[in-house]
Amino acid sequence: MKYKSQQVAYWFFGLCMLLFALQIVYGFIMGFARIGMDNLHEWIPFNTARAVHTNLLVVWLLTGFMGAAYYIVPEEAQRELVSTKLAYVQLISLAVVGVAAITGYHFNIWEGRKFLEIPRELDYLVVANVLLFLGLILTTLFKGKRQTTTSLVLVMGLVFAALLYLPGMIWFDSQVTDSFFRWWVVHLWVEGVWELIMGGILAFLLIKLTGIDREVIEKWLYVIVGLTFLSGVLGTGHHYYYIGVNKIWLVVGGVFSALEPLAFLAMALFAVYMYRKGEKSHPNKIALFWTIGASIVSFVGAGLLGFAHTLPQTNLYTHGTLVTAMHGHYAFWGAYAMIVLAIISYAMPNITGRKRYNNTNGHLAFWLSNIGMLGMVVALGVAGVVQVYLERRLGMDFMAAQEEVKIHFVVMLINATLFTVGIGIYIYEFIKYGKPSDEALEKTREETVMVTG
Amino acid sequence: MLSKSQARAFFLGGTVVTFLIFIGLTIYSLAPGNDQSNHDQITDQVVQGKHIWETNNCMGCHTILGEGGYYAPELTKVVERRGAPLIKAILQSPVPWAPNGRKMVAYEMTDEEADAMIAYLEWIGQIDLNGFDRIVSPLAKDKK
Repeated sequence: MKYKSQQVAYWFFGLCMLLFALQIVYGFIMGFARIGMDNLHEWIPFNTARAVHTNLLVVWLLTGFMGAAYYIVPEEAQRELVSTKLAYVQLISLAVVGVAAITGYHFNIWEGRKFLEIPRELDYLVVANVLLFLGLILTTLFKGKRQTTTSLVLVMGLVFAALLYLPGMIWFDSQVTDSFFRWWVVHLWVEGVWELIMGGILAFLLIKLTGIDREVIEKWLYVIVGLTFLSGVLGTGHHYYYIGVNKIWLVVGGVFSALEPLAFLAMALFAVYMYRKGEKSHPNKIALFWTIGASIVSFVGAGLLGFAHTLPQTNLYTHGTLVTAMHGHYAFWGAYAMIVLAIISYAMPNITGRKRYNNTNGHLAFWLSNIGMLGMVVALGVAGVVQVYLERRLGMDFMAAQEEVKIHFVVMLINATLFTVGIGIYIYEFIKYGKPSDEALEKTREETVMVTG
Repeated sequence: MLSKSQARAFFLGGTVVTFLIFIGLTIYSLAPGNDQSNHDQITDQVVQGKHIWETNNCMGCHTILGEGGYYAPELTKVVERRGAPLIKAILQSPVPWAPNGRKMVAYEMTDEEADAMIAYLEWIGQIDLNGFDRIVSPLAKDKK
């Protein structure tokens, strides 16, 4: 860590850990409800648990992206953050808006639009919060000594993410139009601009961890994010096949979403190749595991599992089933959760000055959470395929089919427990690192003097 | 070998072109001539139904047009499958409706609210879904 203001990132990462833990709790509530144990129904019905589970996911990932930006941008721009105080104001207001929204969900206060349940009044506060964040990051970047491609791609992703939130705030009388523009937010976030953020964080980590020349990494970063937009923007069409809009999307969505795995494949190949080509052996092996892991799991989860049901002929049967939940879990885990955990793993030793990397706990957290998540995804996949066959091919009643797939949720819960143990260890390690320390700053400065001197 | 400036041009050029095509296709598919949703049949009652649908986050459990929570049945063409009287009874029930033990929140809707919900679901049921309506509803499938 070169700049004191990078310490702001620590508190964002801390909020991340808290929200992530809470997200898992609500995931369990949903899992148990699916096997008939919904004793909390009166206080936390399934729709509440689901809204909290998915919104916490979005909020903790965004908090992680923001923390990453507060850590990366000063280092890339080679200057302190323009205002640390305002960054803390932004963090606190973000936490307040998040808590207000989630509390409201327990009292039937929401918008009821999947992933975008936050009520309109709070939407305006989200916009104000994000504007403050972007103001701080953009001013720091453009007042800095340099504007690197890595930081520009990261910031471009964050700016686009903010702009794309706006179509989700428009009210439509028609469910079809509403759904159409809801995907402008949700799809263009997760299969578009969030990949820019992921690419920016990935490039930063690869530069730091492998020692490969920045110019080489950033050139390929452009190619990868170019492939992302080329396939992902028109790939939005795969959400439009069967919601009541023109058939042209069957062709456009089919062709371009089939190309989407290419961007993820390129990202995985890029990360693995850079790692193998790298001459520097960075001691923070845990961060390296999460970084390379994110690039590979995102290809499998977002790329391959997405492709498995993206063609219109397949999606006709899988649309609106647990197959989507299967893909969603592995895609979010690989592409976004793992990259946030990677940047946290990389930044923590630098922020706190405690080199707790490469210990057994760190490796346990990585493997247990990954094996647990893979098990959950397989269980959801089997449940999804069985549901499609029984309900969509044999014409069985929805609830009768759900009874048949109950057992797969028992399997899912067992794997979720494994996953939770892994994440529990990760959070334990985070806590063990302790708080940010100015000694870390001095150490880095001494090391820089030694290297340059 | 590709240079960094060529890579940047690929990214920026590709992004601008695909966004422009995307916006063009959006305008095309939402043009009144291409409407498949019977947009002109959206009455005040249907809008009220949509509002009730959203303010109770029905999508958190059910799916509509294939989108939602996968926990409770798909409601596209539900009026055709189950009939309006049963749906109205479920929406007005003071105790949670619980088929196979899976509970629904007891919304205890008024007549006006329940009728608006049914009007909304009936409007949904008339949308041309490019073939999905026949897959999602065994009853509709049998009728063809």
